[in-house]
Amino acid sequence: MHKLISLAWVFALISILAVGGGTAVLPEMQRMTVSQFHWVTDKQFRDIYSLGQVAPGPNMLMVMVIGYRVAGYAGAAIVAFAFFVPDCILTLFANRLWLRFSDSPWRHAVQRGMAPIAIGLMLSGTYAIARLSIHNAMSFAIAAATLGVLMWRRVNPVLLISAAGLAYVIFAGNALHLTVTIPHG
Amino acid sequence: MSEAGAARGRPTLIELFKVFLTAGAISFGGGVVAYLREYLVSANGWLEDEDFLDALEVSETLPGLNSVNMSVIVGDRMRGAIGAAVAVAGLMLPGMVIMMTLGVLWEQQRHNANVNAFLIGVAASAVGLLLTVTLQLGHKQFVRPLDMLMIAATFVAVSVCKISLGWVLLGLGPLAIWLYRPRGAVETAERFAHLRKRLHSHRAHWRH
Repeated sequence: MHKLISLAWVFALISILAVGGGTAVLPEMQRMTVSQFHWVTDKQFRDIYSLGQVAPGPNMLMVMVIGYRVAGYAGAAIVAFAFFVPDCILTLFANRLWLRFSDSPWRHAVQRGMAPIAIGLMLSGTYAIARLSIHNAMSFAIAAATLGVLMWRRVNPVLLISAAGLAYVIFAGNALHLTVTIPHG
Repeated sequence: MSEAGAARGRPTLIELFKVFLTAGAISFGGGVVAYLREYLVSANGWLEDEDFLDALEVSETLPGLNSVNMSVIVGDRMRGAIGAAVAVAGLMLPGMVIMMTLGVLWEQQRHNANVNAFLIGVAASAVGLLLTVTLQLGHKQFVRPLDMLMIAATFVAVSVCKISLGWVLLGLGPLAIWLYRPRGAVETAERFAHLRKRLHSHRAHWRH
């Protein structure tokens, strides 16, 4: 019960801070779930994030798997509720209020001012995932290749991401083979 | 709210649910918004393009996931609060089922070397994808000195100084709004032109 309450408030808090979307809160989510509450390790956080990439819809549905790890299906349900429902209600009413101020120059100031902060937070989120996943030349090459391809070509990112996963399986298999065979050789 | 959609006929709740369910089932890596624009604005004419872009701008400013915020706002605009709930439910349902299935499988298989290697490759690739999305979203900001300064300050505060996100937002948010305080007429046309251009590039990249 205690764990469910912690899950609820942690994920509700993170969602309310999600200016700039899901990527923007990744560093805060990592800090709270790994360092503060020890619900997952860094490696598990990275793996769960990756699961979100291969599922359709919002990537951040991956928070349910963190909840599941901590407290089973009840944990997953609580986290989904806490992460999405308060934000939806906030958005519903804030947007209705926003419409009333649609001619106010301050509305534009808020939007213009928050935009670079959101970009900065997204860079921080990207950096957090890079720290967890880029450890060798192969992972660096995968990230660079994905960036390069998406910048120049029309590709559905899920195809690239799946190909990257398979490429790393082959790479890791060979690397493992090498470390196994060297002592024998 | 609801009369906005009445001009060109509004969808039934079931039609609304179907569109968002499809978006939730087939969109990967940020393609949700481009898909919604195609179906809500172009294909069915349930929303004016201006309303859609306006909603996108609000979605990006308010906290929460952009695709979820977008669903709440356009759902509300077309069918009120119930429409918003139906839209969000449709968007999330397929992903929730698949995500939980993957989560349970991962829990059983997470010591498998191939599973681990696959997920490392996916995360590395996601870094490239996130960087692409950030660069596309910020292409306008990356050329303005003041914006660059705010981007750098935010990044340093979070990633280098490890300041908790709440404090970063409380400190830099009001500062940024003050720096961009109203000083003349707002160029609405210019604002939307930039959003249109970006959506176009989203579609160029993520439609197959």
